[in-house]
Amino acid sequence: MTDRRVTLLFAGITGLTIVVLVFIIGYIMVNGLPGLTLSFLLESPREMGRTGGIFPAIVGTVLLTGIALFIAAPVGILTAVYLTEYTRDTWLPKVVRFGTESLAGIPSIIFGLFGFLFFVIYLDLGWSVLSGALTLSAMILPTIVRTSEEAIRAVPDAYREVSLALGSTRWQTVTSVVLPSAKPGIMTGVMLAIGRAIGETAAVIFTAGSSLRLPRTLLDSTRTLPVHFYILAREGISLENAYSTAFVLILLILAINIAAHTIMNRLTGKER
Amino acid sequence: MTETEAVSGRGTREDNNRGIPASGSTTKISARNFSFFYGEHCALRDVSLEIRRNQLFTIMGPSGSGKTTFLRALNRLGNLIPNTRHEGSLKIDGVDVYGKGVDVAELRRRVGMVFALPVALPMSIFSNVAHGPRMQGVRHPKELEEIVEKALRDAILWDEVKDRLSDNASRLSGGQLQRLSIARVLALEPEIILLDEPTSGLDPISTLRIEELLWELVERYTIVLVTHNPLQAARIDSKTAFFLMGELIETGSAYDIFTRPKDKRTEDYVSGKYG
Ligand SMILES: Nc1ncnc2c1ncn2[C@@H]1O[C@H](COP(=O)(O)OP(=O)(O)OP(=O)(O)O)[C@@H](O)[C@H]1O
Ligand SMILES: [Mg+2]
Repeated sequence: MTDRRVTLLFAGITGLTIVVLVFIIGYIMVNGLPGLTLSFLLESPREMGRTGGIFPAIVGTVLLTGIALFIAAPVGILTAVYLTEYTRDTWLPKVVRFGTESLAGIPSIIFGLFGFLFFVIYLDLGWSVLSGALTLSAMILPTIVRTSEEAIRAVPDAYREVSLALGSTRWQTVTSVVLPSAKPGIMTGVMLAIGRAIGETAAVIFTAGSSLRLPRTLLDSTRTLPVHFYILAREGISLENAYSTAFVLILLILAINIAAHTIMNRLTGKER
Repeated sequence: MTETEAVSGRGTREDNNRGIPASGSTTKISARNFSFFYGEHCALRDVSLEIRRNQLFTIMGPSGSGKTTFLRALNRLGNLIPNTRHEGSLKIDGVDVYGKGVDVAELRRRVGMVFALPVALPMSIFSNVAHGPRMQGVRHPKELEEIVEKALRDAILWDEVKDRLSDNASRLSGGQLQRLSIARVLALEPEIILLDEPTSGLDPISTLRIEELLWELVERYTIVLVTHNPLQAARIDSKTAFFLMGELIETGSAYDIFTRPKDKRTEDYVSGKYG
């Protein structure tokens, strides 16, 4: 094939992807936008969600995902650093890699079951924000470890050598050279993890419950947007509100991505 | 005039020239039967040599003769590679480099190294030079700026980059990168500077400038320079060691090495019979 044809082919495939994406988002927008008012965002649901808003579900989603990330991101990134920078030539990374790969392939409902048995029943946390967040963090941890490890491994050894040769310690080299270069890759992993956590229903419904009330403490039950959407649609309560909820979820994912980028930049420091 | 003199354009210098006071002529680096192994492969065999304080010391030898291995043994960078080991002793200021209780980071701050393949850290030109001092805890912006400017001036790079210090360093040319790596090391004010073929990416004019620069720097530092090029060794005209296949064949002033080599292999190399 000539270069021209290959280019055309790729342009076609890319175009198709974009069309599919635009169609899905456009469809949800067209159906969800009419119901999307300020009161929909800021009020509590009435009549199981047939009328009223989705404020508690927004709070529940942000809390669950936020806490899960707050736990899993540092643990996951530090684990990846340990595996790549401190124990690279041992058996440990291989074992952990096998473990994370297996865990990443496990359906989320298994995590839900585990969270239910362990956090909800055994630790007696009940259906709560905390149980849900802990379950989600266990679910996204493998993704974060795996992607961070790959990103850190991809940093050329020459950078490490230069930094070490300039009298930096290993840890200084990690924080000032390795992590900043691995940042885009790590960010991608964190984004994937957020996407997985925020859209999760099965693992959440088992562990955080589906209360429509605003959670007051971390031990209160709550309902996330996907769970709300799922119940509205499945029980035929209100399809319009289901679409509006889905649309809010998409907007939320966008907002969180932007916020995560900002925080990461702040943490690793902008270069001069 | 001998051929050597013709090349360098000036008389042969003593081992330790430009009037370095006698107090400066104590031993800085000493190797005793030092060997280095990559797995089973012996890359350095029984090397014994002495390098004095404020001396410019040139290591010359063909590709694969163990020059880089020797430099990387001095700042313990060679240890980073798995399955490496050494035998014999290697001392700086009488202290064994591989002794227990040696702070490796501190050792590497004192023994700066310029790599054969210059690498820009993925940050700005300024941050590349400021990296070492920052890691030593220098935080004050004014102080950092002064250190960076001085180091870049000393490495003859300042005029070319002073207006774009915040550009990413990867945009520099190969030769500029090489001088940036020199500046990076100078910013730390080390005691010893190891230079691994520092002029391999430079044009003849810049090469001469760097060679001149070495003679200025040696008043403040002890310098070990690696080159595979006999002509460069002759131009630099310092105390010179000839390495071949992991062995130190002979040491002597460049003048002696080039005009009356003790070993046949040295003679062959300087007359261009090897690589
Ligand atoms: N990381 C390594 N693993 C295994 N062997 C190595 C490694 N680095 C170097 N060697 C071997 O050690 C010997 C000496 O290599 P060294 O890099 O010290 O040579 P050199 O004199 O610097 O050569 P050049 O002029 O090409 O840079 C060579 O035979 C090389 O193959
Ligand atoms: Mg080399």
